[in-house]
Amino acid sequence: MSQIDNPVHKIKGDLSEMFQLVSKQLTKAQQALQKFDKDLAREVIQIERRVNGEELQIDRAAENFIALYAPVAIDLRFVLAVLKINNNLERIGDIAEGISKYILETEKNFDAGLTESCNVQPMFEAAIRMLNDTQTAFDNEDTNIARKIFKYDDYLDHINMEAIQILSDMVKKDPSKVGDALYIISIIRKLERIGDQLKNIAEEIIFYIEAKVLKHAERK
Amino acid sequence: MKYKLTSKEVHVWYGDFHAIKNVSLQIRPNTVTAFIGPSGCGKSTFLRLFNRMNDYIDGFHMGGDILIDDRNIYGKRTLVEELRKEVGMVFQKPNPFPKTIYDNVVYGLVIQGIRDKRVLDEACEQSLQQAALWNEVKDDLKKSALALSGGQQQRLCIARTLAVKPTVILMDEPASALDPLSTVKIEELITQLKEHYTIVIVTHNMQQAARISDKTAFFYVGELIEYDSTVNIFTNPKQEKTQSYITGRFG
Repeated sequence: MSQIDNPVHKIKGDLSEMFQLVSKQLTKAQQALQKFDKDLAREVIQIERRVNGEELQIDRAAENFIALYAPVAIDLRFVLAVLKINNNLERIGDIAEGISKYILETEKNFDAGLTESCNVQPMFEAAIRMLNDTQTAFDNEDTNIARKIFKYDDYLDHINMEAIQILSDMVKKDPSKVGDALYIISIIRKLERIGDQLKNIAEEIIFYIEAKVLKHAERK
Repeated sequence: MKYKLTSKEVHVWYGDFHAIKNVSLQIRPNTVTAFIGPSGCGKSTFLRLFNRMNDYIDGFHMGGDILIDDRNIYGKRTLVEELRKEVGMVFQKPNPFPKTIYDNVVYGLVIQGIRDKRVLDEACEQSLQQAALWNEVKDDLKKSALALSGGQQQRLCIARTLAVKPTVILMDEPASALDPLSTVKIEELITQLKEHYTIVIVTHNMQQAARISDKTAFFYVGELIEYDSTVNIFTNPKQEKTQSYITGRFG
């Protein structure tokens, strides 16, 4: 192992922990929503500070790595990807916190009919699976898994598009549900955003390993 | 586009030792090309082929062709002295002669028989200007070159090379014996000089190659492993060996 491998392994390990932390946050936010568990929602909000702290620590380690090792080729792509992946993960952490805040803001659980019709829980589960698969792609440097992330994103986009119509129809039938409907569409939008963040991360993994830029391009 | 330097299937042996193995590459005019690779990989041997500096090394023999423009410089009609006017060389350690700054710069012209003081004065000033040394030494031209700092001595050697009006400048680790500030000056100078000259530089300093060269050639155990634009070599090398070397994982 050469000297440059030490910081690479350290940063990789730290980012892997960041993945796990954000995954736990997202899972807790999902459970809090499913069970309308305000204590669990508070826990997510409290732990968000740790997510922010981890983000800063990884940013600093990446900056030090660039300054001290002047990385090139795969090492340079690695550290550039780390900075972007880190930023995207932190935003997913923000989303888990945001959904938890909705739970604290409301008096009673969201209308079950609305959440079921809009596939909120399946969407949440897909987002968590997508996050975990993205971590596997990063840990194992597996671009085949990274490429599968794009399909998940299409699925989340599809649910998002459908939800607008479903909620619109349901609110027309029963206008008293408009408050819940607004929360639910906000949650769905946030989950759809997670799909975009993970798609960005998958693109960064492919860039780092294969030196291919997929951003703004037709995917292959 | 015409190439300034061309190597065609070149092999070099020192006795039985096969130092360069079937290297072909082409270098465009007015570019900086960096040769990189671990010690003993053949990059300096290959560099010295372009002004026939290996000719007098015991056991040296070669195969293949080295062309400058379209002339084979190992052809029978090549006059080595004329070749070396056209292809100047700067070495790792500054090697000024124990003479004045002025005499150092015009040395090549004097041994060509030029005695006209006005011509020599003009050449001296122009070469020192080009080597970014004029402002520092213009009032001390009669002082010994040995009194200059290492960085100044190296720029003086570059000025001495430029005075004979070469078209190609070969540099063998020209900044490796210099402090960081002198290194920056040499690097800036190389970048300026490529407007008028074709420059080939051997360097162990990876960042230096990345900063100053347009193309980079990576050599390993006598073979040319990869030759590409410097940006490609340092962001996405195609060969695993190149990547391992430039990322510091072997060599």
